[in-house]
Amino acid sequence: MQSIIEISHLFYRYEKDIVLNDINLTVPPKSFLAIVGPNGSGKSTLLKLILGLLKPQKGKVQLFGQDISKFKDWQKIGYVSQKANSFNTGFPATVFEVVSSGLTKKIGLFKSFKKVDAAKVMKALEAVGMETFHNRNIGELSGGQQQRVFIARALVSDPKLLILDEPTVGVDAQNVSSFYQMLSDLNTTQGITLILVTHDIGTISDKVSHVACLNKHLFFHGDTDEFEQMRMEELSKTYGHDIKLLTHEHGHEHGGVLK
Amino acid sequence: MIQGIFHYEFLQNAFLTGILIGFLAPLLGVFIVVRRLSLIADALSHVTLAGIAASLLIERKFAVMAGLNPLYLGMVFSVGGSLFIEKLRGVYKHYQELAIPIILSSGIGLGVIFISLANGFNTDLFSYLFGSVTAVSRIDLVVISIISVVVVVSIVLLYKELFILSFDEEHAKASGIPAKTIHFIFIVMVALVIAASMRIVGILLVSSLMTLPVAASIRIAKGFKQTIFFSIIFGEISVLGGLFSAYYLDLAPGGTIVMIAVLILVLTIFYKKLMIKRHVQKEIQFNERS
Repeated sequence: MQSIIEISHLFYRYEKDIVLNDINLTVPPKSFLAIVGPNGSGKSTLLKLILGLLKPQKGKVQLFGQDISKFKDWQKIGYVSQKANSFNTGFPATVFEVVSSGLTKKIGLFKSFKKVDAAKVMKALEAVGMETFHNRNIGELSGGQQQRVFIARALVSDPKLLILDEPTVGVDAQNVSSFYQMLSDLNTTQGITLILVTHDIGTISDKVSHVACLNKHLFFHGDTDEFEQMRMEELSKTYGHDIKLLTHEHGHEHGGVLK
Repeated sequence: MIQGIFHYEFLQNAFLTGILIGFLAPLLGVFIVVRRLSLIADALSHVTLAGIAASLLIERKFAVMAGLNPLYLGMVFSVGGSLFIEKLRGVYKHYQELAIPIILSSGIGLGVIFISLANGFNTDLFSYLFGSVTAVSRIDLVVISIISVVVVVSIVLLYKELFILSFDEEHAKASGIPAKTIHFIFIVMVALVIAASMRIVGILLVSSLMTLPVAASIRIAKGFKQTIFFSIIFGEISVLGGLFSAYYLDLAPGGTIVMIAVLILVLTIFYKKLMIKRHVQKEIQFNERS
């Protein structure tokens, strides 16, 4: 089957600093890829390149088998940013209205919302387990619930690929695992390809199918079983210092990794 | 009073204009408030003042231009000011609110210069500052009706886009919405409505008719459409109440309109508090029973 994303020999630099150095990455259909790496490792730059917000300086990015410069079908890609958490929580809109806004482009200029669209919105809310909240104001929900609503907003236009940038920032610890379970269900039951940029690789490693460790170079890219075997070694390479130092600096974030 | 409206043309004009303004100002106000642009209305109203002062000055200096409706130059200045604000917001990317005081003070500065050039205005200026029931002409009513149609049609056609732009600008841009164009259309509409509102509420109080009903509505409404609905209801109550009391008690309508809007705001705040209290009490009762 055709790959969803194919990146070959990709370079990117800001001024003098090389942020992405010879990246090769393939995302097969229906996979669930986690991208891990420290701050400043180029994760966001990589996402921006995939989303077409930056242009590759050297190398190739292909989306759904098409070169990114010719790719037009952006509706196939849903994106949930980290910033979704920092929206105006006092905004007077219901969950239903927020999710509907995900259809704006699809419905098109000057056309209005139809009954079919309302059914789509409810379906997207069901997929993230938020259908009973459709009539609540978005500001009344918890951080985790809000994040689910934003995923529903991305899902409503029926994407084949969903990209999430640290979606659990602002979600309280006890809800994180049910949140990941929901993502995993989206992946397995609806066949949506997922890319997740994250810090908590410990919680996620039994849900994802592939892992990529990024720190300017791609240090590891493979399926989860391989990753389990070599993760100590690979993670310490990615983070560029030995594990003890890692415990000291990021112990709270990487608890799962260090067990 | 009701008979009065039928008898006097100036009262018909004032009430019909008032009803249109009471609808338009809160309608646009909802989008302004949720985008945290409340002060833009203030800045533009002060620019409108400069336009009106310029118009009155021209009228005085050039006899040929006598009878020029100050509404027109007011609109030209207001729209021009809105374009400047957008330009400045682009220049000061990280201090976007800086555009507002720059435009506001320029508007006042220009206005004051025009007024002094004309050696002070004897008549109209006070009514432009605080609104007046008698100042609205038939032509004003026609102009404002046209603006109303344009604004309502634009809002209906662009509702989805305006909503997504207000809720999450970045998401709007990422999903390929022509954000700049739509924002531009919106800000020009705001400028037009502000210039149109000045006859009734007055320049100094226009922005309050765009923000106070919305501030009250946000307290009690569920969802965005309901917020718009309640804002318009509160706007109409304020305007009609203000005009009636202006007619009966000979008060400046702008002031009474604003004070009624403030009263509604205070009532909604108390109402909301009461509702929360009741909700908590119910919950306690429920817990005791079970």
